[in-house]
Amino acid sequence: MEIELRGITKRFGEVVANSDVNLTIRPGEVLGLLGENGAGKSTLMNVLSGLYEPTEGTILIDGKPTIFQGPGEAIEAGIGMVHQHFMLVPVFTVAENVILGVEPTGRADFLDLETARQQVREINETYGLEVDPDELVENLPVGIQQRVEIIKVLFRSADVLIFDEPTAVLTPQEVTDFFQIVTALRDAGKALVFITHKLQEILEISDRIAVLRAGKIVGEGDPKQLTEAELAEMMVGRPVSFDVVKQPFAPGETLLDVSHLTVLRENDEIAVEDISLKVRKGEIVGIAGVQGNGQSALVQALTGLTRIAAGTIELMGTDITHLSARQRHKMGMAHIPEDRHRSGMIANFTVAENMVLDTYYDDRFSKGLTMRWKQVNEISAQNVSDFDVRTTSVFEMAGHLSGGNQQKMVVAREMAREITLLIAAQPTRGLDVGSIEYIHSRIIDARDSGDGVLIISSELDEILSLSDRILVMFKGRVVAEFGEGGKPAEKNAIGLAMAGATQ
Amino acid sequence: MTMTADTPSTTATRIKTGKLRQARITGGILIALAALVALVFGAGSSGDAVFRLSRASDPIVVPNLIVPATAFNYIAAAALAFLGARQFLRGGVRWTSLSLGFGLALAVAAFLVWATAGKSFSLTGMLQATVIRAVPIALGGLAGVLSERVAVVNIAIEGMLLAGAFAGALFGSLLGGMSGVIAAVAIGGLFGLILAALVVTYRVDQIIAGVVINLFVLGVTSYVSSQVYQEYRQLNNAPVFRPIKIPFLADIPVIGPVLFQQNIFVYGALVMVAVATYYLFYTRSGLRARAVGENPKAADTLGINVYRTRYINVIMAGMVAGFGGAWFTLGSVGRFDEGMTGGRGYIGLAAMIVGRWHPVGALMAALVFGFADSLQQKLALLQTPIPSEFLAMTPYIATMILVAGLIGRARAPAADGKAYIKE
Repeated sequence: MEIELRGITKRFGEVVANSDVNLTIRPGEVLGLLGENGAGKSTLMNVLSGLYEPTEGTILIDGKPTIFQGPGEAIEAGIGMVHQHFMLVPVFTVAENVILGVEPTGRADFLDLETARQQVREINETYGLEVDPDELVENLPVGIQQRVEIIKVLFRSADVLIFDEPTAVLTPQEVTDFFQIVTALRDAGKALVFITHKLQEILEISDRIAVLRAGKIVGEGDPKQLTEAELAEMMVGRPVSFDVVKQPFAPGETLLDVSHLTVLRENDEIAVEDISLKVRKGEIVGIAGVQGNGQSALVQALTGLTRIAAGTIELMGTDITHLSARQRHKMGMAHIPEDRHRSGMIANFTVAENMVLDTYYDDRFSKGLTMRWKQVNEISAQNVSDFDVRTTSVFEMAGHLSGGNQQKMVVAREMAREITLLIAAQPTRGLDVGSIEYIHSRIIDARDSGDGVLIISSELDEILSLSDRILVMFKGRVVAEFGEGGKPAEKNAIGLAMAGATQ
Repeated sequence: MTMTADTPSTTATRIKTGKLRQARITGGILIALAALVALVFGAGSSGDAVFRLSRASDPIVVPNLIVPATAFNYIAAAALAFLGARQFLRGGVRWTSLSLGFGLALAVAAFLVWATAGKSFSLTGMLQATVIRAVPIALGGLAGVLSERVAVVNIAIEGMLLAGAFAGALFGSLLGGMSGVIAAVAIGGLFGLILAALVVTYRVDQIIAGVVINLFVLGVTSYVSSQVYQEYRQLNNAPVFRPIKIPFLADIPVIGPVLFQQNIFVYGALVMVAVATYYLFYTRSGLRARAVGENPKAADTLGINVYRTRYINVIMAGMVAGFGGAWFTLGSVGRFDEGMTGGRGYIGLAAMIVGRWHPVGALMAALVFGFADSLQQKLALLQTPIPSEFLAMTPYIATMILVAGLIGRARAPAADGKAYIKE
């Protein structure tokens, strides 16, 4: 089945997400769709999968113009989408998830789960997927959950499969497995669309590449004739430097000393188990690991946001194990939280209000029961210009800024004061290349000026380019150390450790 | 044996877990119960407690259960103390809830023996009343299960019960019992539709919408019953459904009277629980409904109509609650009184939580609440030294204990209480 998008434009009110996009998807071929976050990739694919109706333009299936009145019709036409955030019901079994919406039934609406299991097994065999149809989805690792999504799409006999940022949540080894599945699907004659912002992966897996920038197709080409640098320039619209310039590594005294730290989740499961680590002045320690291996709990424990079950934390020689978040903050600990929307900022507050969320009680900003707004606004304006936050004024609602500027606002609040230790969790998640470059340079400045930095990220490339030392977390433990004193920081070895392989 | 130099064992690193804390608390409660049972119920009772299991007129007569009160209560106290000490010292992590449940049951038994000592008490009669009184709670809980499984929090169950009771009495008086039931189901469904429209289409906060319906129903029915029924008493004089004996089964001692000599509301509730279980867990529609409650966006992308599913289930919940409401009038006294549901809808929601959002679980929990309810009613007859006002609190106290004990353990549907906004 061949699909042609002709002149697709999608507007949300004033915002133009896609503008006059022409694209062809052919069977037996992997089309790589490259673009930054916010370039309009997901919108385009949501148009194709029937979730959005295009404002202008037509979709031709085998030359015939088609209009989808919802995702149901696109599925019927043979277009299946594997979403970036899986569309699975965690408390259902694999088989139940697969059949949802197209359930085989017997008399009296009775669910025929036996047939479902059988069909899941058949798809398993055809494409070498190996997924137990009776396992609950919430018990499966992310890589397997993704296969469930693939089975779901194949169960609906899709000929076109769209993968939206499929590797974002996978370990390097899972990515390899995933690419094998993609190859098997292509060889079976399926048409595949692979959406990503990762240059290396798109070059590896695609047969053809289209680059999307600001809602428009800005280039198409053959991966064999393109380089990463060329693609990056097409994607960003200007030459991009991948190199990070750092002062020579010269660590000083120990700032943060964590010993035998154990943290429990609310349900008493162990989130962090017996972790010991040190961060010294002038070094960046990176914590690599697939999301959900205890990194969040570790950060919360270090910043005083959760109770500690066992172990101690020292900051500059002072035991801070039982100190509150504010006390730690006053000692010079800065924290860029992993989810800026949930815990980094208040969308309905102005930029100025957000800038003093952590210091509003200070005599500079409040006097008795009243706020000193003049000082707040002055400091905020200063921070906004220092940290290159693009906003119309400090009175703009934080929610109205773009993701990159929101994150820069958070970084400004945390780093504008005198700090000694920076804990940065997923500091560049979902940001455009420009903002990523900027935030990385600020983090390196902090290191070069003698602060300690602990950076937690599920983007291995980010960890690799910034860190002086790398620790890998798996199932709540530090399972490997790379860099100074440990093994050399080599991508493959780190990937294996992230997947839990013990050497 | 000689002690070697103490090596710090790594495994014995004491981790303060919530479970250990919980086991300690449970142990403490059990020991306190043991003391209560020994000092009050054991020391304070003499003679035998006689529990009647059947009436002289029954086809098969089983002998009475005679319990020596003091001895029984001391043994119960010893058992409680043992369970408590075990929890407290060893932290029998796996058995914490089981120990607590068994301990509470033992304490209730000891209480009953103490209250009955030197007298006689119809155990079968109380169990029969337990089932009857569990009906509105079970149906309220089932209504809660049906709507919360599609992620609509249904506080309005109280109002739906009251509306059902009112409509049952009115139409029962005018057109006969069966019409009353139909009217009750219809009015319940109507309020289900109103709730669905408010929370699904207009995305009103689910709690506020429910409270609005409750206040509206309470206001209207109270006004009519105090103003209109005073004048026209014939409008509030409905027939009451009599118990139907199921042949043979009704003759089994104890079980017969408890389960097979009941009115249509008891049978109806049991059938509805069975049908709802089949619907939710064995049918296509049920799978879709649960998907809507867990991950509406996923359901939507798979072509399931989230809004329609929510409407249908909330209306069904309303109809179930309406039927449950008719129990208060057509299944009990034949007459409507102001606010006669007395919070049974809220207890039904508690039964839903304790029953972990499963119809059968909700029924079981409702039986516990029904037991507490019938206990207070029957104890009033035994003339215990406890003031009747305190006895009347029993069902509510039982609710608090059970719900508090389960907090954090039962898991609600993931999208529960959240409106779905289609993109």
